[in-house]
Parts: sequence; C-alpha cells; structure tokens
Amino acid sequence: MQRIGSPEKLEEIRKAILEARDPKASSIAICAAPNCHALGNGAVVDAFEKEVKAQGLEGKVRVMATGCLGFCEMGPVVIVNPSNICYVQVGADDAAEIVSQVANGEKPIERLLYADPDTGERVEALDKIPFYREQSRILIGDNARIDPTSLEDYLAIGGYAALSKALFAMTPEAILDEVKESNLRGRGGGGFPAGRKWETTRNAPGEEKYVIVNGHEGEPGAFMDRALFTGNPHLVLEGLIIGARAIGATKGFIYTRHDSPMLLANLNRALEQAREAGLLGNDILGSGFDFDVEVHFDVGIFVSGESSALMRSLEGNMPEPRPKYVRTSVSGVNDMPSNLNNVETWANVPYIINNGVEWFAGMGTEKSNGSKLISLSGSARNIGVVEVEMGTSLKTVVETIGGGVANGKKLKAVHFGGPMGGSIPGDMIDTPLDFDELGKLGAPMGAGALLVIDDETCMVSLTRYFVEFLTKESCGKCTPCREGMRQMLNILNDICSGEGRPGDIERLEEIADTMSVASLCSLGKTAPDPLRSALRYFKAEYEAHINEKKCPAGDCAIEAN
Amino acid sequence: MSEVRLTIDGKEVAATEGMTLLEAARTVGVEIPTLCHHDKLEPYGGCRVCTVEVEAWGRTKYVVGCVYPVEADIVVRTRSEKIDQIRKTILELMLAHAPDSHDLAEMAKEYKADPEKYRRESSFCIHCGLCVRYCDEIKGKNAVTFVDQGASREISFIPEIAAKECWDCKECFPLCPTSALQAAYVLARSFEDVG
Repeated sequence: MQRIGSPEKLEEIRKAILEARDPKASSIAICAAPNCHALGNGAVVDAFEKEVKAQGLEGKVRVMATGCLGFCEMGPVVIVNPSNICYVQVGADDAAEIVSQVANGEKPIERLLYADPDTGERVEALDKIPFYREQSRILIGDNARIDPTSLEDYLAIGGYAALSKALFAMTPEAILDEVKESNLRGRGGGGFPAGRKWETTRNAPGEEKYVIVNGHEGEPGAFMDRALFTGNPHLVLEGLIIGARAIGATKGFIYTRHDSPMLLANLNRALEQAREAGLLGNDILGSGFDFDVEVHFDVGIFVSGESSALMRSLEGNMPEPRPKYVRTSVSGVNDMPSNLNNVETWANVPYIINNGVEWFAGMGTEKSNGSKLISLSGSARNIGVVEVEMGTSLKTVVETIGGGVANGKKLKAVHFGGPMGGSIPGDMIDTPLDFDELGKLGAPMGAGALLVIDDETCMVSLTRYFVEFLTKESCGKCTPCREGMRQMLNILNDICSGEGRPGDIERLEEIADTMSVASLCSLGKTAPDPLRSALRYFKAEYEAHINEKKCPAGDCAIEAN
Repeated sequence: MSEVRLTIDGKEVAATEGMTLLEAARTVGVEIPTLCHHDKLEPYGGCRVCTVEVEAWGRTKYVVGCVYPVEADIVVRTRSEKIDQIRKTILELMLAHAPDSHDLAEMAKEYKADPEKYRRESSFCIHCGLCVRYCDEIKGKNAVTFVDQGASREISFIPEIAAKECWDCKECFPLCPTSALQAAYVLARSFEDVG
C-alpha cells in the first residue's frame, strides 16, 4: 500500500476500499486458526478456494481464511456474511455445497447447521446459537470480518481511525486521561488500572521510554490472546501506537511465543504493512510522531511472562525476575521506564478512543468494565474462545455458552487463572465476572483461562498437576519457590498415591505461607493459590485421601489396603 | 549522599542513601542472617533468609534485607513470630539437601528448624549462587554456572573453561555454605562426564 501521509488521506483510502467492494457480495469466513488446524482446516480452506474458481464465482463470493472464530468445539466453523449463517464441523467435502448455497442464495444446508444437543433443533443464525448468543464479541468478533493478512480489510472495518484521532484530535495528556477515566484494568492477570501504569511511565525520568506487548500467554488453558493477536494483529498494534503516543515512547517491543508460527507470520506481515503505509516508523500519518516496534521471542518457560523476567529476556539475558524493589514502569528494559500490558489490554485501547469512556464504562460492573476474553476449557461441552461483558455471571459462561458439563457429568468446580489461580465450587457459579469479587473468593480471573471441572476430577490431583507444571516453569532462583514447590509436589504425590500422612495438610500450609510472603516474584508468591483455594473449599477431599486412603472422585489410583 | 533516618529493631539509625537494610542494620549492631549474601558481590536476593518486616505508611510488608534500600522513616523489624516462621521453613527446605551443613545447622538451632521435616534430596546444593557469582563477578571466568530451571536447576562447571581455570583457583570452594565438597563434587563430575 502507498504511504498514507495525512488523516485525510487515510479516510480517502478507506473510502476507496469500501467503494470497490460490493456491500451485497457474500463472504465465506473459514476459521483458519491453529486451534482448528489439527482438524484439517487447511484442506477446508483449499477446497473452498478451488470451488469458488470452479463455479466461476471469483469477485462475487469471497473466501477468507480468518483467525479464530471461537467455537473450537464445533470447528472448523464457517460463517457466511452478510446472511449471518453459521456452519459447524465443516469438512473439505462440504465446500461445493456451501459455495453453491451462498452464490445462489439457497436455503441453508440443514445438516451443517448447529444442532441443539438436547432437542436436535437446527440453528441457522450465528447469533442464535447459545454459544454465541450470550457473548459480547467486541474484540474477537472482528476475526470473522477480516483476513488477518490484509491491511485493507482492517481499514475497511474502521482500522487506524482511533490512531488518527489520537494523533490529530487529541493531546497525549487527553489520551491518557481517556484511558484513565475508562478504568481499563490490565487483562494479563493483576487487573491493575492501565491508565495509572501509563502515567507512571510517562512521568518517570528516562531518555527513552518503552511500551511492550506481553504476548507470552504461557499458562496452561489460556489461548485467547493468541486467538486475538493472530486473527487481528493490526488491532493490537494500533493500541500500542496510541499508548506510545500517550506515554511518550518512541520504541515498542512485542514479546511473544517462539512456538506460534502463524502468529509470528501474521504479526511480522502486519508490521511490514504498517511501516509501508506510514502507520509505523517515522512521521506516522504525517503527524511528526516517530515510533517503531521490535518483535522478540520468549525462551520457552512460563516465568518469561513475569514483567521483570520478560524485560531481562528482551535485553538478551536469562529470564529471571530481578530482585530489586523498583517497578518496571519506572525502570524496566535497559533501566528505562517501560510500560507492559498484555495483548487484550492493548486491543481495548482503539475501541476506547473511538467509542469513548462512557461506552466502555457502561459495560460491566462498578470496578470491572468493558468485556473480557475467556478461554473456556476442561469439561465444558463447548470449549473455545469466549468474550463476554464483565459482570456476566459464571453460570451464563459455563451453562449457556459452555453448554454445561460434557458427557452427562456434574459440575464440581470452576477454576480461574491457571496454575496461579484458584477454584470455587460449582454451587457458587452465580458469581459475576469481576476482578475483585473473584479475587475475594480465591479464584482470581488471571488472564481469563476458565477451566470447568466435573465431579470425576479430584481436586488434590488438580492441585498436584498445577504444582508439577510450576516446578518445571519457575526459574528456580529463590528458595521458597524452588524448594517449596519441590516439597509440595512430594507431599501431593504421596497423598494422591495413598501414602499421605497426618500432618501433610499442615506442612502444605506452612510451605504455602512462606512461599506467598518470601518468594522473589509474583510467580512464587501466587503459586500456592490453587492449593489454598482447594483447601478452602475441598479440604474434605484431602482428608479422605490421607485418613481413609480414598479418592472420593475416583480419579487417583489408590490401591485398596 | 544524603542521610536517611529509619528505625531498626527499635534503634534509631542514620543510614546513607543507597544502603541496603542489611548494611544499615550492621551499623547499629543488628545482625540479619544471610546465606547467599557476600559483601564483595552484587545483592542477589535468592535464599530469602534475610526476609524482614518493613512498616511504611501504615502498611507492613516483607522484603529481603540484602536488596531493599533504606527509606526515610520506615520501621524495620528483623525478628517476629512470622519472620522466624519464614526462616524456619526456608531452613527446613534447605536442610532437606544439606542436613550436615555447619552453617545451616547453626541457624537451624536458632530458628528451631527440623532437619527431618521434608523429604531428603540427593543434591547438597542450596542454590545460593556464591560460586557462580564469585566466578563471574570477581574472577570474570564464568567457569561455573546455573543450568536448567525450576526444581531441576543446578550448578555446573563448563569443562572447557574449568580445565584451564579451576585447578589452580578453587576460590569458590570455601564460599559454599553447605560444604566445600559441593563445588568440588560437581567439578570432578563434570570431567567424568566428558571422560
């Protein structure tokens, strides 16, 4: 694309793109995300492209290989627009029939529509399917409307309008105020107000300042950030550039996974496109603002996502959290003020700039606003990437969107926040999705990985799994975390195999107390949280293992004495 | 450097800006126990035995004395029921590796740590990093380093460097709090491995 040198030019180009497109032309969006790759979506996309050619429909029907469409359970999903028909579990064999249906405006193909698992009734429209119906797919919904490799597509849906507004109609202070007033809270786990963090970096002394996207997403069960980032890389980039402007940063970093080739390809392409179009680099949109971005890989361990470890990794050092008592927003990469937010947090920024504080604050609860991405996994009937308004009850997420528990089992608990989160019992799922409410109950939202736990899952075994994960994924520098988890795992292994002894629970609690106070970084400090919540709500299960050598859930292999 | 006034264990301390709590405490004769600290090396904050209580602006927090810098008007307590419990647990976790270490045994007496509390582990190493950091920061050789991560983390000599540098140096051996044998054992083994 040619270089865009002014906000007027941007709107001209946007207009030209839209005019060249027939608003009535149909598009077939096929989920081409890595999640569906294992289901053979590559062949499905190929089949559709071939079929459009064979039926001579090029220019009339557009086939788009899109980012994640969310409904992983029923993947690969195909969404037809503008008719809003959703086909599920589509195979390459179905391409001819669907293309013909779309081209000729025929009746939807019954057998490929979503069927209600209880009544068998077919549902035609995307927004009538229970999985999608209760969602507010503000950030992730655009995945179905764009080809992630196309800047034109992003411009066609209003892309970079927020950046243009931020650069030409707002001062950096006004951007900052807007984000502060919106009460956007960090989506990476802590829920810290993003605007306040930005302000700290903005006000901190330093020759250079940095803005960073944390795209590490290392916890098991979390896959929403990569779904958003892979499917809509320009959205995150736009948010980052706006943030840089507000903070006064001229350089940004994107820290992401080494093992997501599609994300990297889409990301690098988006950066190239943005540079070529003058949306990144020197004199962005002719505003005089200079900003560019470097992409870095992680080194493959979970602790790389911890802020100070991530910054050490960016500097080319071992990803070990630093022991200093100074915030990275004041002294981070190269000891310069560095503002780190995760993928989803940055993605919210263009929406807040475009739609305003009232729009954002109007969603959610008093102190948790906007929407939240959730990766729904575990024993839910419908696993996938979900986005709901904050304040939505977990019951809606688990029962309506998630379709309840699969295979006729019962809901036992829901676990939020992965290996540093916690579980609450199934009878507490009326709780709203709210940073503070969930935190109080001992199941902090974390980054939004929601694990549905059925009644055949043992809570001791689940805790054991998380602790085992962290013994491998911590850096191993400080004693409480390294040795605490090693011994915790020993004890939990014993309990699960029927070798538990009286006093084990007390010893676990003693280790947990020391870890949460004396560990060097937040990984060690919160690593005992799954254990704490399990002991808070499911202590009887631990006692049954230890005292009666029984696993009430029938999950652990304890041999009868 | 300006003066910073704070209280440590009820004593008024006039410290210098940039000092750590550990250094400030020593000026008034308050000893905070340490294992990974060495005056010649950069503060490490690894063993966490020097955890102390800091009261500032009405809030109490727990920090490590070897890293935390002095701040005006804070109240520091180096012993309390909670601190003693933390040190006890940390020592018990370390004693699982090195029950015979003289340094650990001395501290264990003070904090009533039970060497049998947790399951024995085969390595003596408590990961204080003194050998690794001394070789890096003082000798500039990096002959010994940490490898792996989490619970699998251990020290290892780099045979190519160690073959040239270590036999005439061995200055890291006496630094080891669990016994000089730990570094010696790992050094010898690293040559067995390469035959």
